[in-house]
Amino acid sequence: MTLVLANVSRSFGGVRAVDDATFAVESGEVHGLIGPNGAGKTTLLNLISGLIPPTGGTIELEGRRIDRLPPYRIAALGVARTYQNIRLFGGLSAADNVVVGRHLKRRAAPFWRRLLMLPSARREEVRAREAAEAGLARVGMRERARSQAYGLSYGEQRRVEIARALAAEPKLVLLDEPTAGMNPNEAAAVARLVREVAGEGRAVLLIEHNVRLVMEVCDRITVLNFGKVIARGTPAEVANDPAVIAAYLGDGA
Amino acid sequence: MDLLLAYEGLIAFVGINGLLALSIYATLSCGQLSLANAGFMAIGAYTGALITLHAPAVPFIVVLLAAALAPSLVAVPLGLPVLRLRGVFLAIATVGFGEVVRLVFVNWDFTNGALGLVAIPQRTHVWTIYLALAVALYVLGRLRGSRAGYALEAIREDETAARTMGIQSTAYKLSMLVLGAALAGLAGALEAHFTFIVSPAGYGFGRVVDMLVQAVVGGAAVFYGPVIGAAFLTVLPEVLRELGARLGLSPGPFRLFLNGVILLAVILYLPSGLASLPQRFRRRAA
Repeated sequence: MTLVLANVSRSFGGVRAVDDATFAVESGEVHGLIGPNGAGKTTLLNLISGLIPPTGGTIELEGRRIDRLPPYRIAALGVARTYQNIRLFGGLSAADNVVVGRHLKRRAAPFWRRLLMLPSARREEVRAREAAEAGLARVGMRERARSQAYGLSYGEQRRVEIARALAAEPKLVLLDEPTAGMNPNEAAAVARLVREVAGEGRAVLLIEHNVRLVMEVCDRITVLNFGKVIARGTPAEVANDPAVIAAYLGDGA
Repeated sequence: MDLLLAYEGLIAFVGINGLLALSIYATLSCGQLSLANAGFMAIGAYTGALITLHAPAVPFIVVLLAAALAPSLVAVPLGLPVLRLRGVFLAIATVGFGEVVRLVFVNWDFTNGALGLVAIPQRTHVWTIYLALAVALYVLGRLRGSRAGYALEAIREDETAARTMGIQSTAYKLSMLVLGAALAGLAGALEAHFTFIVSPAGYGFGRVVDMLVQAVVGGAAVFYGPVIGAAFLTVLPEVLRELGARLGLSPGPFRLFLNGVILLAVILYLPSGLASLPQRFRRRAA
């Protein structure tokens, strides 16, 4: 699995939120996407998941262009994501959120079988719910499976959102600040989970502001500033890159 | 049995209004406020009445199926463009559709213009209505917990997030619009063969507002809520009429006033509708 972005741009009016971005994400890799606020990181994730089309450049997944596909098609090709501003289905329980996340994996019986209440339809539903509970257990949320998503704490909501994304068994997971608002223990658990997910051969594209976590978890890092890629490489390379230091601390540093 | 005869009309209208409230629930269940249902109902009523008047030999079940099918076929080309609209814009566009349908029937000589069709033979019985209602409730009830049912809930909660989960939201929304159109058309034909007449005046904006209010008062979060709301709001005016007469009050204003007060109370104190009452009591008891 490879995700390849070539000269991707996106303008909003006169603002180039993403400007000629080129980089690739490989299977089994945790790829960090960092940069100051407003650098275009979330816009880039929205471009990859198809919520907005790019104004220039191409995005390919396993050699196939996805930059003009609607979000549900991109999801069907194996891309799942979380959101910076958490977009759980608030009125549904944590478990039901994860069941929805499995939408593409479910081989549901045709509806007429449900109408006749055939056991095959029932079994598939039970399986989907069991898979959801297992997914919640993985993020340490099994006890809260029945709780309504609205009522969960910020950190819990983020964990449910990760479980929902993983429920699709995606080839590529886009995580937008998954540890924002978490305490250090929760953040460390997410960091372990991210490594584990990459260990399964999935690609992870991670936006994260917690610098220590990024340095520990990522195999490679791409740094954005004002929509442009200003540096890429291993955590150690990026940390010592003068352009990165200047972007984060200002030119005078 | 005497009770059934005395209140046959009321019982029938509870069922018909229940079907209509379910027809609007269909689109509400995936978060779409579509107000095209009075138009769909008119298409169904006219389709059914015309078949009965021009080809009396056609079995009633076929008439009803045709009355459900005709508005469904209209719903597809209507839905493809308008379901791109969100919230209040969808509501406005679908209200416009309803008015267009009404005006077509007002101006169409074939359907006898504003006077409408009269002397439609009575073919609807109370049991026909309740059989249709039971089938509609069963189908909508079985949706819950299914893959499609989860997808509909997800679209209602957050359509964007649902789409990035691989849910083809347009197809689901269109399916529910078509299902709602079929139910409204079926209810229209059942009503036409019960009241003997169809006229454009019966399918105005007020009619779809009635459906919406019944669905919301009953509770649009569960499939049986709209039917409870329809029953409540259909029976309530009759009860109040009786009550007002015993108290010696002039029936009209008193009835409307109390009807309004009860409606307001339900909306203010039971935002999830009458269907959430048992749950409320249980929570208080616990």
